[in-house]
Amino acid sequence: MKKSLGILGIFLAVCIVASVFGQNFLTGYNLMNLTQRTSLFAIISLGAGLVIITGGIDLSIGSVVCLAGITTPWLLVEHGWSPWAVIPVVLVGSALIGLFHGVLITRLRLQPFLVTLCGLLLYRGVARWMTSDQSQGFQGEFSGVRSIALAKFPIPGLDTYQLPATVIPLIVLSVAIAVFLHRTVWGRWLLATGRNESAARYSGVPTAWLITMAYVACSLLAGVGGMLFIFDIGSAQPSDFGNFYELYAIAAAVLGGCSLRGGEASVFGIVVGAATLQVLRTAIILLGLSSQLEFAVIGAVLLIGVTTDELIRRYSVRRSERKIA
Amino acid sequence: MTHPHQELLRCRNLGRRYAGVPALAGIELSVRAGEVLAIVGENGAGKSTLLKILSGVIPPSEGSIAIADGDGVLRAVQLHSVRDATRAGIALVHQELNLAENLDIAGSIFLGREPARFGFLDLHTMRTNASKWLARVGLNLDPTTPCGTLAIAQRQLVEVAKALSCEARILILDEPTSSLSAREADRLLEIMGDLRSQGKAVIFVSHHLDEVLRIADRVMVLRDGRCTGILQRGTYDRDAIERLMVGRSIETNQPRPARQDAAVRLRVTELVGAHHRKQPISFAVRAGEIVGLAGLVGAGRTEILEAIAAITPHQGRVELDGAPLSGNTAARVRQGVAIVPEDRARNGIFASSHVSMNMSLAWIDRNSRARTVNTAAERGIVAQMMDRMQLRPAEPSRLVHKLSGGNQQKSVIGRWMAVGPALLLLDEPTRGVDVSARAEIHAEIRRLADSGSSVLFASSELEEVLMLADRVIVMHDGSIAGELAAHEATEVAIMHLATGGKPAAAHSTAHEHGTEHRTSS
Repeated sequence: MKKSLGILGIFLAVCIVASVFGQNFLTGYNLMNLTQRTSLFAIISLGAGLVIITGGIDLSIGSVVCLAGITTPWLLVEHGWSPWAVIPVVLVGSALIGLFHGVLITRLRLQPFLVTLCGLLLYRGVARWMTSDQSQGFQGEFSGVRSIALAKFPIPGLDTYQLPATVIPLIVLSVAIAVFLHRTVWGRWLLATGRNESAARYSGVPTAWLITMAYVACSLLAGVGGMLFIFDIGSAQPSDFGNFYELYAIAAAVLGGCSLRGGEASVFGIVVGAATLQVLRTAIILLGLSSQLEFAVIGAVLLIGVTTDELIRRYSVRRSERKIA
Repeated sequence: MTHPHQELLRCRNLGRRYAGVPALAGIELSVRAGEVLAIVGENGAGKSTLLKILSGVIPPSEGSIAIADGDGVLRAVQLHSVRDATRAGIALVHQELNLAENLDIAGSIFLGREPARFGFLDLHTMRTNASKWLARVGLNLDPTTPCGTLAIAQRQLVEVAKALSCEARILILDEPTSSLSAREADRLLEIMGDLRSQGKAVIFVSHHLDEVLRIADRVMVLRDGRCTGILQRGTYDRDAIERLMVGRSIETNQPRPARQDAAVRLRVTELVGAHHRKQPISFAVRAGEIVGLAGLVGAGRTEILEAIAAITPHQGRVELDGAPLSGNTAARVRQGVAIVPEDRARNGIFASSHVSMNMSLAWIDRNSRARTVNTAAERGIVAQMMDRMQLRPAEPSRLVHKLSGGNQQKSVIGRWMAVGPALLLLDEPTRGVDVSARAEIHAEIRRLADSGSSVLFASSELEEVLMLADRVIVMHDGSIAGELAAHEATEVAIMHLATGGKPAAAHSTAHEHGTEHRTSS
């Protein structure tokens, strides 16, 4: 928890700036939108976090979001499948993509960066070819299954804010991953593998299996995210749906305290990190800044956050050393 | 030109310190043209340091070096770099060959000093000259052959040719035969003899006393960074060298009950490790027994331990309590194997993690319900293990990299003590550990054995082998050179086997060969 304090501070600062200078920030509608987007992005960021714990990286998240998201309406509308068949098929397919990455990385010892970079190109290409690059959508149908992402729960006493249903999968997944990491043998072993893979192997930790499972979980969560995104927005273009989402996911994980060296993670931090990025995006619009500046602002804030975090860490290390001496 | 038996090199009071600790001190040495000088000693005795100083890789901390100039007059020199040494006529043939694989033979011989005409490579001159030098070392190869395709022995000879082409008068060879077959080694020794008769001075380091006895005119023995004697040919034998190599008095083994009747727990049959040497190894360790693997660096001890734990692949059978061990390291750990690696920082500790996490890592696997860690019980076992290993300071939340080397090692060994493995494998159990921590670690290893586990450890420190082992398996060149019970194991006996000597009469039917040291192995 202590290491999430930094990102919590940044989050609050961005929120305060946005609410003071942007008039519409604290409206129910905007906050509802923010909650929805945060939930969806946090889900894929948790997956990125699991891979980053192992010291790896997954650049294919955006393309998996696209492939899973595009396939869902494609199977439902173009091929007339039942939602009961589509959801399991898309999720199993996403997990198999992760298994493919994991096997290449642990068995063939290929570098995660390369494997998932190829994945980034591969899955988007497949999605565009499969759909002949045509926009895919639900055409006003399937409101039942889309309500997984669209349902809102009214909150007594609040008129304009309703809680989006997507916070339910986010909360369930966050709690499950937090318990997994800190309370189960596998989670402890995953963290140990990230800290020192070789020492973990000498200690009898099944490192190859754990790393593979981290990639499976990451792609599976990207698949879940892709489905929720498409349920939310209704239709999307295979050529741009999910573009750069891997970078939002990785940025959220890093802001949330994951070290790219591996072995460090905080589920709470990742969720707050994802929220911070979404507040930033909204704030840019609300403050009347050019939307073309979006990436520049996110990049600058990320850099400031990471630098501050590193400086604070060094300062506290020095202080604790002085205390011992 | 150099005259026969002219003095080429003289060292006075040569010494070298690393971070204030002397690795080499007070070396007095004189080398003459037309002689072969062997340098021998245990691991860490200072042999490599001396060679590095002579070849300009590192400067000495004290003392002086003088080298004969063209007129045969000794002049003091400062060797600041390998280039300085080369210019002074000293060439080093490395233990790890460093020929560029993608160059051809001529290219590597003249690497960095290629003959050129108008800025273009003069390939014709280069190849003609290369052929000449190759002939000098008895290599009949086309100089355009790529080095990558050469056998190790051929590469070694190309390195020697390269050294000769630098007009070197003093050739230094660091363990030249360590990666050669017996026949190739014979050939190299012959060439060293030829160089001697051509008036070169040859200095070489070797772990094989057979070679030393065969070729050396003089033998310099190093121990703990000091020269314990320089022996003239004809005035020494294998025993004399071994006594000078070992020399010091040591603590005696603590008596432990005999284990001849205990059940065999570990049985290794025809084991062949991932290493390039393919001699199958067989041995057994009984319940309650502590077996030490002794031998020089590169003798194959680590390979055996890592093969048993499946860190590296192996062929052959490994059985624990009669059941064959199979699968990867994780699977074998579950079958009762534990391994403490040699490289603590890389393979042992989780430096930026808590002591508690380091020590409970193996324990949580066997003490979880539905794969969930009981944190209260975990705190208990960590406290218990810190107490038992006498880990100081006893703070479970301290980061491991802030502990001393000895306490770091205790955290790694404690990780296994928490699960009480059936077989504990240790590679250099107390490397970089101070004396008192070493005694505490040894006591815990004995205690584990007393409870019926089998212990197999490898150590380069003979003192440790003698103190800890109930039985010593001595390795030489990838195979078992002999076995010694605790009461027969002495430093001299171990060194004798480790350097390729034949087992003594009691262990060998080949008594008549056992006393003839000069037969090559």
